[in-house]
Amino acid sequence: MNSTQKAKGAHPVKAGWIGQIADAVFTNLTRICAILVLLIILAMMVSLFIGAWPAFKKFGLSFLVSSEWNPVTEDFGAFVAIYGTLVTSVIAMLIGVPVSFGIAIFITELCPVWLKRPVSTAIELLAAIPSIIYGMWGLFVFAPFFADHIEPWISDNLGQIPLIGELFSGPPLGIGLLTAGIILGIMVIPFMASVFRDLFEVVPPVLKESAYGIGATTWEVIKKIVLPYTKIGVVGGTMLGLGRALGETMAVTFVIGNADRLETSLLMPGNTISSSLANQFTEAVGEMYTSSLIALGLILFFITFVVLSIAKFFLVRLTMREGTRT
Amino acid sequence: MSRMTNMDPNLYRKRRAINFLVLTGSVFTTLFGLFWLVWLLATLFSHGFQYLGLSVFTQPTPPPGDSGGLANAIVGSIIITLVGVLIGAPVGVMAGTFLSEYAIRSRIAPVVRFVNDVLLSAPSIIIGVFVYEVVVVPMGNFSGWAGSLALALIALPIIVRTTEDMLKLVPNTVREAACALGAPRWKVTVSIVFRAAKAGIFTGILLAIARISGETAPLLFTALNNQFWSSSLNEPVANLPVVIFQFAMSPYEDWQNLAWAGAFLITISVLVLNILVRTFLRDRK
Repeated sequence: MNSTQKAKGAHPVKAGWIGQIADAVFTNLTRICAILVLLIILAMMVSLFIGAWPAFKKFGLSFLVSSEWNPVTEDFGAFVAIYGTLVTSVIAMLIGVPVSFGIAIFITELCPVWLKRPVSTAIELLAAIPSIIYGMWGLFVFAPFFADHIEPWISDNLGQIPLIGELFSGPPLGIGLLTAGIILGIMVIPFMASVFRDLFEVVPPVLKESAYGIGATTWEVIKKIVLPYTKIGVVGGTMLGLGRALGETMAVTFVIGNADRLETSLLMPGNTISSSLANQFTEAVGEMYTSSLIALGLILFFITFVVLSIAKFFLVRLTMREGTRT
Repeated sequence: MSRMTNMDPNLYRKRRAINFLVLTGSVFTTLFGLFWLVWLLATLFSHGFQYLGLSVFTQPTPPPGDSGGLANAIVGSIIITLVGVLIGAPVGVMAGTFLSEYAIRSRIAPVVRFVNDVLLSAPSIIIGVFVYEVVVVPMGNFSGWAGSLALALIALPIIVRTTEDMLKLVPNTVREAACALGAPRWKVTVSIVFRAAKAGIFTGILLAIARISGETAPLLFTALNNQFWSSSLNEPVANLPVVIFQFAMSPYEDWQNLAWAGAFLITISVLVLNILVRTFLRDRK
């Protein structure tokens, strides 16, 4: 650029020189900002690790498997919180994946054109509602409804089945792992549904039309053309939803019941990593208590980092394949 | 496959039936998704509207059993959110600019993009713990600054992502034309590319505001809460999300009612912001 300026001769050399410096300053400023993003995540890891170190040093690896959580004796273990996090997320996925899948199919294959945008927007607005609102609604509206109408039925019927009956027995409290899981499921639907919808829309129309042309039904086109084409992305989208569910805090905090004991029944209160942090962090007295909570945070950070990396890996592979094919 | 058409009526009927079942299922799942949205909004309107009076906007948060409003929390929330965006937006826009304009042969760009996407979905409570460790502990007390910083960290990845996407939409010929006129690269970026993508970048920032204005988890350990008007960002600042959390979890009915009013306010503003963003984007297309 500077050579063009000089060659043109219209500008004094000095202007080019200033331009050069301004260029270097601006470029490096943007680079520094980009590197800052990297530094933030590194700083997060380091500071969490430093904060968690006393707990890890005292309890060692048994921190991960111990179900003890006793602030009085300063004896802490992460198992109850990890168990709660995983169980609620699994419930959320069991609800979220099929529903999001159905919504994506509806929007891409069935929906009349005029209805497409309103339905997409409505589903996406579900994602925009702050999680604390889900929490309040869950506590004041959904939990009482669930306790009065659904949970008695669950413990009467599912609770009697051998083997899995244990999971569904207990008093109808309304709050607990199952309620938290269901609300999480509702919350991850919009994320996954919009990823699935975007994925289904990149399938080349020629492929689908060819299948329709030889007489395939809509479902057969989805099963034999759309799914194989987008399968990696579907895994990625599911992982993205899982990442959200694992880390979701406020909605869970309202309805999980904040109990530090390990319960076999899903109807009983429990705790997740994030709800333990939200409920106890500001009240934690003593170094070991705070450190154990930060250690929980580090575990959550690690789990979500891995899950989201997998999600990203799968979704990037799909776009890369897109790139080579077109 | 060769027997497919008209050869075997049973098979044909079976395929039709399966198709019908699956498609009906998909209609039901969509209704299922919309059902929650309707239920949530209906609850919010019926509970929230009822308690929304003028006093909500004029009086500060009351002690239990007293009447009052949410004025200090509303103002506090607006301040923390704005400061958060003012910190997050410049950094985010610059980082996004780097990824889109200067990172063609850069080796760190893919790493930054990857980390940014992870940060985008990272649990917000972890960001709260992080800011607690690096700001609240050294400063010795909870503060509005810490809250703003936590919100900035949540807004940052959203702004980076949308800025990069929006700048990439600017056609390369525009850049080439400006370069050919002898404009230095920074000038091309600032006065040509930014101008072309202005609406898009602005939308990204609006989206970030919508996201952080309802965030509660990171504020619990940073801005905390304040029952009174806060005079400075160096001390705990009252903010709507944390007030809603504390009031909703309290046993006092007055407080719960105020929490509903606050929840209604937050949801309405977030939804309005989101709809604004959507109309913006649609106009651009």
